[in-house]
Amino acid sequence: MSFIRDTMLVFRRQERLALRQPAWVIIGLTQPILYLALFGPLLKGLPGASLGASGNAYRFFVPGLLIQLGLFGSTFVGFAIISDWRAGVIERFRVTPVSRLAIMAGRVLRDVVTLVVQAAVLVLVGVAFGLRAPVAAVFIGFGFIVLVAIGLASVSYATGLLVKSEDAFAPLINTIVVPLLLLSGIFLPLTLGPGWLQGIARISPFRYIINAMREAYLGHYFNTIMVEGIAVAAGMAILFLWLGSRVFVQENA
Amino acid sequence: MAIIEARGLARTFRSRKRTVEAVRGVDLTVGDGEIVGFLGPNGAGKTTTLRMLTTLLRPTAGTATVAGADLLGNPLGVREKIGYVPQAIGETMGGTDPNCLVIEELLDQGALYRIRAAQARQRAGRLIDQLELTGLEQRLVKTLSGGQRRRLEIALGLVHQPPLVFLDEPTTGLDPQSRSNLWEHIGRLRSELGTTVFLTTHYLEEADALCDRVFIIDHGVIAAEGTPDELKRRISGDVVMLRVAGPGGAARELLADQSVVREITAADGTLKLTVEHGEQALPSLLRVLDAADITLESINLSRPTLDDVFLTLTGRSLRDDSPGGPGKGKEQP
Repeated sequence: MSFIRDTMLVFRRQERLALRQPAWVIIGLTQPILYLALFGPLLKGLPGASLGASGNAYRFFVPGLLIQLGLFGSTFVGFAIISDWRAGVIERFRVTPVSRLAIMAGRVLRDVVTLVVQAAVLVLVGVAFGLRAPVAAVFIGFGFIVLVAIGLASVSYATGLLVKSEDAFAPLINTIVVPLLLLSGIFLPLTLGPGWLQGIARISPFRYIINAMREAYLGHYFNTIMVEGIAVAAGMAILFLWLGSRVFVQENA
Repeated sequence: MAIIEARGLARTFRSRKRTVEAVRGVDLTVGDGEIVGFLGPNGAGKTTTLRMLTTLLRPTAGTATVAGADLLGNPLGVREKIGYVPQAIGETMGGTDPNCLVIEELLDQGALYRIRAAQARQRAGRLIDQLELTGLEQRLVKTLSGGQRRRLEIALGLVHQPPLVFLDEPTTGLDPQSRSNLWEHIGRLRSELGTTVFLTTHYLEEADALCDRVFIIDHGVIAAEGTPDELKRRISGDVVMLRVAGPGGAARELLADQSVVREITAADGTLKLTVEHGEQALPSLLRVLDAADITLESINLSRPTLDDVFLTLTGRSLRDDSPGGPGKGKEQP
C-alpha cells in the first residue's frame, strides 16, 4: 500500500535527521531522570497509605514520569514542523504525489520510536533506583504511552501547521499541557488533595491513563480502572489522530 | 498543444469577516515547451495563482488542466507531472532541509516520486553534473552558498523529469553572476529536455532575457500578455529623441503628420516622439526631414523596458517592490 510506503519514507528521513542531532533525544530524557533522582526520594518519605496500595514509591512514580515524558516529548513536536514549514519542506512534499497524510504519519512514527527508546531508558534507571514491577506491566505501560504519543504528536503537528509561529505555539501548548499534567496526579497522589481538586481532576484524560498504568505496575491487569484507562487512551489517540490528519490532508494548509 | 489551460481561476480568502479576492478570474494558456514569465507586484495574485496551479491551494472558482490532468478532479495526476520550486526568500524558503545532505535530498525527492532507487541515483548524478553541484553530494545543505542551494532546489524540481516545471522567483536573492548562471540552466531545460517553464519573477531583465511570453497580473486579473517585445510595443511604443538645427517648429509640424508617430512633444529644443516599430520608422522620419532640408543634430531611439510597460499598466513600478522590502510575503494570509 502506497500510504505505508510513504509513511516509511517520511519516517526514515525524519529518523535520519533526528540521529544527526541526538542531543535532543538526550535532553528530552534529562528532565524525567532528574525528577526520578531528585523528587523520587521525597515520595519515599510519604506514608505508604497515601501512595495507594503500591507500597513501592517507584511503582507509583515511574508510570507518572513515563506519561510526563510522553506528554512533553510529543506535544512539543509541533515546533519542528513550524521550522520545516518555514524551510518550505512541507510545501515541497505536498506538491509531490506522496500521501499528504504520510507527511504527518511518518513523523508521528518517528516520535513514537524515540519515545519508546527514552521510556526504556527511564524504566531501566528507575530499576536502578529501586523500581520493582512485572515485565508485562512495563510493556503495558509502553503501550499506553505509545497511544498517548500518537494522539498528542498528531495534534501537535496539526497545531504547529495551523499556527505557523513558534512564539504563539509555545505558550499555547504550555497553557494546555501544564494544567492537564498537574491534574493527572503525576507527582503526588490526587487522593492527598481536597475533594474539589479530585473532582476537577476527572476531566484530565491522563489521570485515567496513569491510574491504569499504576494498576498494571501493581500486577492488576483485569479491572475497571484498566478498562477505563485503555478506553481513554485509545479514544484520545483515535480522536487526535483524526483531527491531525484532517489538517494534513485538507487542500489548503 | 497547451500544457496549462486555465479558465476563470479565482480565489477568495476570508479573514476576520473580510473577504479578499486575491485572484479574480485568471485565464491562462501556456503551450508545450514555452518559457513563460508571470509578473506582478506583491499582492497582485501571482503567488496565489501559482499555488492554485500546483495543487497547493484549491480555487474557489474556475477550471484548469495542468500537464494533461484536471486540476480539481485529479490533483494527484497534476502532482505526478509537474515540478515545483518554491520561492526561497520571504516567509517560507525554497524547500531544502538545512540538516540534510545534498545527495539525501535528491534521493528522497526521487523516492517521493516513486522512482526506483537505482534510477533515482542515476538521475541525481546527472542533475548534480548539469547543475554544477559536483563535489557537494556529501555536504549539509546549510553549508551551501545561496546559489548552490538554489541550484539544488531546482534540481529537486527536476528529479522526475517533469514536462512542466514551476519556478517561483528562481533567482531572487542571488548575486548577478549566480543569476545569469541560473538563466543558462533554465534555458537549457527547454532546449535539451523540452521542459515547459512557468516562472514568476521580480526582475524584468529576467523576463526579458528568458521568457517567450509574459503574463502581467494586477489586482487579481491578467492585465496583459504577449512576448516581451509585443508588450513593449503595444503599451508604450518606442521613443525617438531628436534635436534639429534652428527652430524646431517646422520639424515638429512635419513629423506630427507622419502616420507612424503617435505622439510628439517638445522640450528644451529636443523633440520627443512616440512611434510604433521605431527601428523601421526611423529611416522614413529621417527622409522626411531631409526632404525639407532640416538638419539633424542628434537622434536617439530607445525601446521601452518591461518596467515602462509595467508602470503603464499598473501605475506601479516593479522596482519599488523589491523582494525583502516591506509587504513581502503578505500575499498569503
